[in-house]
Amino acid sequence: MNLYTKRNNMIKKFVVVLMGVALSIAAMAQDDLMKELEASQEPETTYIGQTFKGTRIVNGQSVETKAKGALEFIFSHRFGAINSGAYNLWGLDDAFVRLGLEYGLTDRLGVGGGRSSTDKTFDGFLRYKVARQSKGARNFPVTITAIGTTNIKTSPKAEDNPLLVFEDRVSYVAQVLIARKFTPNFSAQLTPIFVHRNTVEQSTENNDDYALGIGARYKITRSMALSGEYYYRLNPHENTPYYNSIGFGLDIETGGHVFQLLFTNSLGMNERAMVTETDGDFFAGDIHFGFNISRTFQIQKPK
Amino acid sequence: MKKLIVVFVLIGQSVFVHAQKYSLESSTVSFFSDGAIEDIAANNTKSVSIFNAATGEVAFSIPVKDFEFEKSLMKEHFNEKYLETEKFPKATFQGKLTGYQSTATGEQPAKAAGKMTIHGVTNEIEVSGTVEFVDGKVKVKSKFIVKLVDYKITIPQLLWQNIAEEIEVRNEFIYKAQ
Repeated sequence: MNLYTKRNNMIKKFVVVLMGVALSIAAMAQDDLMKELEASQEPETTYIGQTFKGTRIVNGQSVETKAKGALEFIFSHRFGAINSGAYNLWGLDDAFVRLGLEYGLTDRLGVGGGRSSTDKTFDGFLRYKVARQSKGARNFPVTITAIGTTNIKTSPKAEDNPLLVFEDRVSYVAQVLIARKFTPNFSAQLTPIFVHRNTVEQSTENNDDYALGIGARYKITRSMALSGEYYYRLNPHENTPYYNSIGFGLDIETGGHVFQLLFTNSLGMNERAMVTETDGDFFAGDIHFGFNISRTFQIQKPK
Repeated sequence: MKKLIVVFVLIGQSVFVHAQKYSLESSTVSFFSDGAIEDIAANNTKSVSIFNAATGEVAFSIPVKDFEFEKSLMKEHFNEKYLETEKFPKATFQGKLTGYQSTATGEQPAKAAGKMTIHGVTNEIEVSGTVEFVDGKVKVKSKFIVKLVDYKITIPQLLWQNIAEEIEVRNEFIYKAQ
């Protein structure tokens, strides 16, 4: 009797379990097609892009590359120092420009060049995105881009200074840009940079300069962002008349254009001039207003 | 008691047997926006979907980052500014197809009703399209209008290129038996 009751209970329990299983199967077939779909998918890797709006944070380069087949025209402009006073319309009477182009050979490899009116310098560079920040199946914390640049200073004229040979005018820049988009709105970048100038004034300058740049941007709306940048020279010459470069900007993106309005103590718009030849003391008011305007054209259609 | 068990087991099995499920062989999801300055069009062939022909239930999931545009900058803006793809990587639909017969041949009109999620916002929608059974495959097509405001997709005022408030979406799915 006792034994019979026990068995009967077990069967009841078994039935309840089976009912449960049958019901859950029915339920799954009915409204969890989506879960089934998700379960059937392989885990994906999401690459984090658009760490910065443009290829420049303020004066310095960003990790961004142009997409394959995209051509960027970048027009940079710096006015005179704001503390030059009302007579000089707070610097607006002076103007320094760099006209530049950059083209995406692939989504990761770009080639660019430009010409700055300061020191009449031509620059040419190759940019390669070594690693991309990603999450999901493949997790990588940062985007890394390497850039190598050659600058040729064409001022002064050869006939005005016959002692100068071509090599004296050449300088090289190598930099590794490491950036992370922490949130969709906040990105930061570290930029170890090396500048070699073939010929310098030995009493006040180094041939080889090392600096560490730090830059960041914070998006205040979907189309506007605040940015800041600082390049700290690691081995400035003891008699250096130059300063570390500081810049702040407001990025405004309107379709194919990016406008960057900025304030900086650097007049140079290439890395050599910015890192090693910034002659303005930011805190004494040697600040230049300026802007970068970039326009992207799709030359070759994406596949 | 034993009979009861058998009945439940049978119910369980019948659910499996009757599930006449199809998965995607190929798909195209495209949209078109008629802008004042520039027309914007994009295609996506990376969707995944399951369709249960016996019950009409359908689920599909579209990876937003795989919409391909004419210009790479359009794709960047689409993902970064409008769809916020890093936050909302997928657009999904889950619902039911009705109005067709799985025994009939030729293109038949059908309706799809269910939940569409884009940009993290879910709306109940009903759209019409066609269903066609050919050689063990099922072709499902539809064309409908998505209002950006329904999915909280807003256009920044600063944007000079005018983007239409409504976009036309076309789907073409070809399913094969699973």
